[in-house]
Amino acid sequence: MSTASRDSSIIAHNLVKKYGSVTALDGLNLEVRAGTVLGLLGPNGAGKTTAVSILTTLVKPTSGSATVAGIDVLANPHEVRKRIGLSGQYAAVDEHLTATENLEMIGRLYGMNRRGAKTRAQELIERFRLTEAADRPLKTFSGGMRRRIDLAGALIADPPVLFLDEPTTGLDPVSRGELWDVIRDRVAQGTTVLLTTQYLEEADQLANQIVVIDHGRSIAEGTADELKRRIGGEHLDVHIERQDQFELTETILKGVASGPLRAHSGDGAFSAPVKNGVHALSQVLRELEAKNVAIIDIGLRRPTLDDVFVELTGHAAEESSNA
Amino acid sequence: MNILRDSLVIARRNTIRIRRVPDVMVFVLIQPLMFVVLFAYVFGGSIDIPGSSYREFLMAGIFTQTVVFGATFTGAGLAEDLQKGLINRFRSLPMSPYAVVAGRTASDVIYNVLSIAMMSIAGLAVGWRIRSSVLDALIGYALLLFFSYAFSWVMACIGLAVRTPEVVNNASFMVLFPLTFIANTFVPSDNLPAVFRTIAEWNPVSALTHAARVHFGNIPASAPEPTAWPIQNSTMYTLAWAIGLILVFAPIAARSYQRAGAR
Ligand SMILES: Nc1ncnc2c1ncn2[C@@H]1O[C@H](COP(=O)(O)OP(=O)(O)OP(=O)(O)O)[C@@H](O)[C@H]1O
Ligand SMILES: [Mg+2]
Repeated sequence: MSTASRDSSIIAHNLVKKYGSVTALDGLNLEVRAGTVLGLLGPNGAGKTTAVSILTTLVKPTSGSATVAGIDVLANPHEVRKRIGLSGQYAAVDEHLTATENLEMIGRLYGMNRRGAKTRAQELIERFRLTEAADRPLKTFSGGMRRRIDLAGALIADPPVLFLDEPTTGLDPVSRGELWDVIRDRVAQGTTVLLTTQYLEEADQLANQIVVIDHGRSIAEGTADELKRRIGGEHLDVHIERQDQFELTETILKGVASGPLRAHSGDGAFSAPVKNGVHALSQVLRELEAKNVAIIDIGLRRPTLDDVFVELTGHAAEESSNA
Repeated sequence: MNILRDSLVIARRNTIRIRRVPDVMVFVLIQPLMFVVLFAYVFGGSIDIPGSSYREFLMAGIFTQTVVFGATFTGAGLAEDLQKGLINRFRSLPMSPYAVVAGRTASDVIYNVLSIAMMSIAGLAVGWRIRSSVLDALIGYALLLFFSYAFSWVMACIGLAVRTPEVVNNASFMVLFPLTFIANTFVPSDNLPAVFRTIAEWNPVSALTHAARVHFGNIPASAPEPTAWPIQNSTMYTLAWAIGLILVFAPIAARSYQRAGAR
């Protein structure tokens, strides 16, 4: 084994991808050290899937270069494919095959022998609690089940590098937690993971390093703590009862906010970054009571990655598509 | 990479699907049956074949048309795999770029074996007979299967290019109708207008049909000797076309497969 084949890092250098007039990636740089997890965060259309597609040899970049496990993605895609596991954004499983058949097929296509593929498929079926689907065609099963089989497929050959594009979208909380455990397990054994996600909590839970991208470019990077620290102060959350007092409340909160205010008119919820938490809280409370605003809930909290996201991109992760 | 092993894995997957999606079988089995009955009883009375019966003449034509149309399954199947994201899944794996198409064209031979069997039974029921030796008949069947196998590589390229199963069906009809009708499949090509006659004589479908008639012993002794070279050498001409189609279209298919996600 050469040194190159033991290195399981991911490096992307100045990746640009243009689809006609759309620039999906605009000079993206990434570096994932071997045995660590990189969380790629970004709103819809930010270029997460495009980045994963280039690194997994599915799409050629317009310009730029990348290596995975020390191998040039453009020059030697076949060698890269031997070392990666991919679970795409949309589960790609054969719905007429059973879970066992799907997994054995993928194992065989990785070059595993029949026995090895079978044993490994059974292990993963137990690990992902897929026994119900083991011997029944997948078309009778839910989206979450297919998702889990797709993920198991990415793991079947124990590849040193894993790419997971929004791996827990569509999973229930129990399955999500289980998948997190599986990923942590793999990482403990030295696997390198690049995962994209809309769930900031997920990046917080799993990622050693986070890169936030928007419009195909990195806009911030660091650990979850570093990113949170960048926001500084605390957040003041207010939840009001009456729709007709929405604008009034918004005006009051803008008076104390130190950054962009998040407001949800539908359920009357606000979240404002504030510098001096306790002071802002008492001021807002006084003003709201003076105007007889019906408050359901009010409180201070530490910033989450969601707040970082809003601060950096100017919009929230889940509502960015219409922002 | 191991093209043979990978192709077998894919072919196995496709045969599992064939068993689990029986609706397709209805078309594979009923359609040729319908053609035999329609042509035998509707046209049978009004088309005269010197020294023979129309039904005897017709069967090889229906065999050919059916197996050539059968290639559409290959294109539609690949387009479906593309649509469902499976091709991208396969493309991320360290497998041969030929395997997905090679496995598909191989497993689709099953459809043609079944429909040929069905047609043979229907043909026997309406009075068609194999009047040659068993070996000759087997060569006839093998030629039909080999040509349709080769042709399914063409359809594979169409499937990977158009990317939607419905469009594959429509697009391939535009190719397949002229291909199977400007030929000696249903009427002797001698009676066609000059231009069409030349096209028909050089059309590999005519050569295949003629070769099948020869190997099934369906050409009466009193029939005039064919004048066109491809018909005179129908077996060789058919084989040459089949091999040529594979040599040209297999690399194109592998290339489209490798670029399927690039767009
Ligand atoms: N095949 C394609 N043809 C044209 N444009 C494309 C193609 N694929 C992606 N794009 C565009 O490139 C941009 C980035 O898309 P990408 O799918 O990488 O975003 P994403 O971050 O994965 O978004 P999401 O969170 O919705 O999955 C978008 O504007 C998208 O419309
Ligand atoms: Mg995406």
